[in-house]
Amino acid sequence: MNFFSFVFEYGPKFTSAAIITAQVFIYSSLLAVLISLIFGIMRLSKNIIIQSIATIYIEFYRGTSLIIQMFWIYYVLPLFGVPLPALLAGVLALGMNFGAYGAEVFRAGILAVPKGQWEGALALNFSKSKRMQRIIIPQIYPIILPPAANLAVELLKGTALVSLITLVDLMFVAKQINMMTWLSAQSFGLALIIYFVMARFVLVPFLRWLELLAAKKVGRGKI
Amino acid sequence: MYVEWRWEWTFEILPQMLWATLNTFLAAGVGYAIAAVVGIILMLGQRTPYKIVNIVIREIVEFIRSTPLLVQLFFVYFVAPQFGIILSAWVSAMITIGLHYGTYLSEVYRGALEGVQRTQWEACKALNFSSGYTYRKIILPQAFPIAIPGMGNYLVGIFKDTPLLATIGVAELFFTANAIGAYTYRYLEPYTMVGVIFLVISLPTAFGIRRLEAAVNKAQGKFNV
Repeated sequence: MNFFSFVFEYGPKFTSAAIITAQVFIYSSLLAVLISLIFGIMRLSKNIIIQSIATIYIEFYRGTSLIIQMFWIYYVLPLFGVPLPALLAGVLALGMNFGAYGAEVFRAGILAVPKGQWEGALALNFSKSKRMQRIIIPQIYPIILPPAANLAVELLKGTALVSLITLVDLMFVAKQINMMTWLSAQSFGLALIIYFVMARFVLVPFLRWLELLAAKKVGRGKI
Repeated sequence: MYVEWRWEWTFEILPQMLWATLNTFLAAGVGYAIAAVVGIILMLGQRTPYKIVNIVIREIVEFIRSTPLLVQLFFVYFVAPQFGIILSAWVSAMITIGLHYGTYLSEVYRGALEGVQRTQWEACKALNFSSGYTYRKIILPQAFPIAIPGMGNYLVGIFKDTPLLATIGVAELFFTANAIGAYTYRYLEPYTMVGVIFLVISLPTAFGIRRLEAAVNKAQGKFNV
C-alpha cells in the first residue's frame, strides 16, 4: 500500500488521535505554567522553608524520568486508594514534570529583570505582591519565552508517553495500526510527520508570535 | 485498598534491580558515545561550503529534534525489518538514542564554536594556519569548555530517557521493574525503587556538572555568569 492511500484510509483515525494529543498538550502546558510560576517564585523566597520545598520539588522532578513518574501516578497511586483516570494521570505527570523545568526558567527570568526596576518599585512604595504583579512579571515574558518555546516542544514530545498509560493518542493509534496492518513505515512515519507539523508549523510560530507581542508590550519591539 | 510497603521483598528484588541498573548505564554510555560522534558529523554537515547540504542537514536535525524519541524508537525497530534489516532491540535503541541526542549535541557544539570569538579565526587566517591546525590548536581548546555544561546536561538527559527503551524490550532497569511487577503483581516496590535509583544517580551527576560548569567559568575568567 503506498503512502497516499494509507493516509486516505487511516487519516481520520490519526486526526482524532492528534486531537487527543493536542488536548493532553494544552491541559498539561497550562498546569506546567501554573506550577512553574508558583515554584519559580517560591524558589526566590527569603523564607528558607518555602525555598527548600521548592528546591526539593524541582530537583526531585528533574532527577527522575517522566515515564517513571507517569507510571507511578497511574499504576501505584491506585494501590493507595487514589485511582486516577488515564487522562488526568498523564496530564498531572506531564504538568508536574515540566513545571519543575519551567520553574527554573521563571526564576532565571525574574532574576534577569534589571535591578533598577525592583528599586523603582520599592521607591514608589509598592507592596511586595503588587511589585511582582505589576512591575516584575510583565517584564519577564520577553526573557522567558525563548527558553519556554524549547520546553513547549519538549512537552509536546513528552505527550507521546501517555500512549503507555492507555490513552489513545497519536502514538497509541500508530502502534495499533502497525499491529493491524504491519505497515510500520507508513503508520509510524505518518505519526512522526504529524508531530513534526504540530511542533514546527503550529507551536513554534505561535510562541514566536507571543514573543514578538511581549517584546512590543515592554517597548522592545523590532529587536 | 491499602498496600503496605514490604521491606523484605524490597531487599529480595534489590540485587536484580541493581544488575539491571548496569544495563541502564551501558545503554546510556553507549548511546552517549554514539550521540557525541553523530553530533560532530551533524554539526560539520551544517558548516560545509555547499549551501544545499547545510540546509538539508539543518532540516533533518530540526525534524529529529521536534519528534518524540518514543515514536522514533518504534520507527527504527519496526521499519528496518521491512527492508530486510533485522535489528535487535539493543541495536535499534542505540541507533535511535544516538541520532536523537546527536542532533541535540550538534547544537551544543555549534553554540560552542560560535562562542569562540571571531577574532581568533581571523588571527589564525592572518598567521596562515591551515584549517586543521586552526581547529586543533586554537578553536577546539577554547570551544570545548563552553560545550561542557551542555554536554553534561544531555548525558543526564540520555540517562533519564533510557526507561523508554523498555518499550521495545531492552532489558534495563525499568523493563526489569515491569517484569517483576508482572509476575508478582506488586508494582509499588519495583516502580518506587526505579525512581529512587534514578534520583540517587542523577542528582549527584547534575550537581557535579554544575560544579564543573562553575570551575570552567572560573578558569575562563567569567565570574557569576
